[in-house]
Amino acid sequence: MANSFLSRRAEIIQSIRTFFINRGYLEVDTPIRLPCLIPEAHIEPEQSSGWFLQTSPEMCMKRLLAAGHREIFQICRCFRRNERGSRHLPEFTMLEWYRVGIDYIDLMAECAGLLRFVATRVDCPDRSAAALVAQADWQYLTVQQAFALFAPVSAEQALAEDSFDEILVRDVEPNLGRGRPTFLHDYPAALGSLARLKNGDNRVAERFELYVNGLELANGFSELTDADEQRLRFIRERALIEGQGRQPGPMPDRFLADLGELQSAAGIALGVDRLVMLLCGARSIDEVVAFTPENL
Amino acid sequence: MYTASDLRKGLKVEIDGEPYIVTDFQFSKPGKGQALYRTRLKNMVTGNAFEKTFRSNDKFQRAPLEERTMQFLYSQGDEFHFMDNKTFEQIVISREQLGDNINFLIDNMEVDVLLFKERPIGVTLPNFVNLVVIKADPWAKGDTSGTDTKPVTVQTGYTLQVPPFIEEGEKLQIDTRTGQYLTRVKE
Repeated sequence: MANSFLSRRAEIIQSIRTFFINRGYLEVDTPIRLPCLIPEAHIEPEQSSGWFLQTSPEMCMKRLLAAGHREIFQICRCFRRNERGSRHLPEFTMLEWYRVGIDYIDLMAECAGLLRFVATRVDCPDRSAAALVAQADWQYLTVQQAFALFAPVSAEQALAEDSFDEILVRDVEPNLGRGRPTFLHDYPAALGSLARLKNGDNRVAERFELYVNGLELANGFSELTDADEQRLRFIRERALIEGQGRQPGPMPDRFLADLGELQSAAGIALGVDRLVMLLCGARSIDEVVAFTPENL
Repeated sequence: MYTASDLRKGLKVEIDGEPYIVTDFQFSKPGKGQALYRTRLKNMVTGNAFEKTFRSNDKFQRAPLEERTMQFLYSQGDEFHFMDNKTFEQIVISREQLGDNINFLIDNMEVDVLLFKERPIGVTLPNFVNLVVIKADPWAKGDTSGTDTKPVTVQTGYTLQVPPFIEEGEKLQIDTRTGQYLTRVKE
């Protein structure tokens, strides 16, 4: 039987495009297969004849910003090994957009604008989720506040005990985006490898995540534009990868060289499949894609 | 050896020397964070359940489980003796471990015994067994009391509901999974 969510999915993607084109963004499509990637400790790339399939279009999109583009967006496939669950597929659809001259606060506002636009333009099967997104009143919580509200320990303590992710997933995330969408922001500096540190408080990074109904939808930040600092962070990240017994790929030297040309900017990645799940009321990501790896 | 990414519902693993079955499984990964494998585990010996979250690098052993076909020999108090027909090795399983299975266990019956490190932890009977009725009230023909079943007791001491025409000495086929009467067996 035909999957009725596929037509909603197409409408949602269409309305995303309309939103960005109306705002003067340029749609780009950068290569999926790359000779090197941004090293990330907790993302395992898929190899492809000695190169890699992208885990995100971030590297190429920031190089386009460095080359002079100011507002760009892309809807593309990304690949991450061993990620499979009711909210994860090893091949999934990502929306990323970047804009020069704004910071993460401006970007949160634009992200809210996008979701409200989509939720009101598309006839969403899950009307209550669409209404929740369409409302004007969104919640802004710092990571520190969220841990104080929902976790048995502070964010600092969780980090020190190496249980930040476990507590975030178990105690914090399920409580986010209830009744209204939540931006969780100001992450501990160690958890924002590509984000700029906060002006006036270098313990936190200008990074945020968006949650609706306990579902994580997007991750954005003010971009780090200091190439030397970025190289140092990459070296640390590669050491973590080696510590896991994995081989880090080549250092993205061209990216680092271009980073010096980047003006202040902010960028965000949003899981399109997750957004479709939310607006369709799907319990599993399997319901909103044409095929899962298991039924190919 | 398993790693966390092998986890799925129904997987049997050994943790701290005990066999566990994964009864619930969820993959989560907070943005930019590490992969977490959230499970609910049930101890296959005690039945105790608890929740545990694993990380990608966590490793654990496959639970060394072995299923062997064995013959029921005899019982002595609460001890039930079984023998492996190939090796002639004998083992003892307690009444408590057998649970409701003792309702259907008769001498010489072949059963599948699940062993964890040579320790029996469960028994699977054949789906259907034939048991002789040792006690049944006579069928009052023309009984209009409205009930269409009556209780009888079979050779193991188990009591079940059967159609009213069943009499003492008859052999019944019973489904061991539901404990219910299926049909009368004529020999």
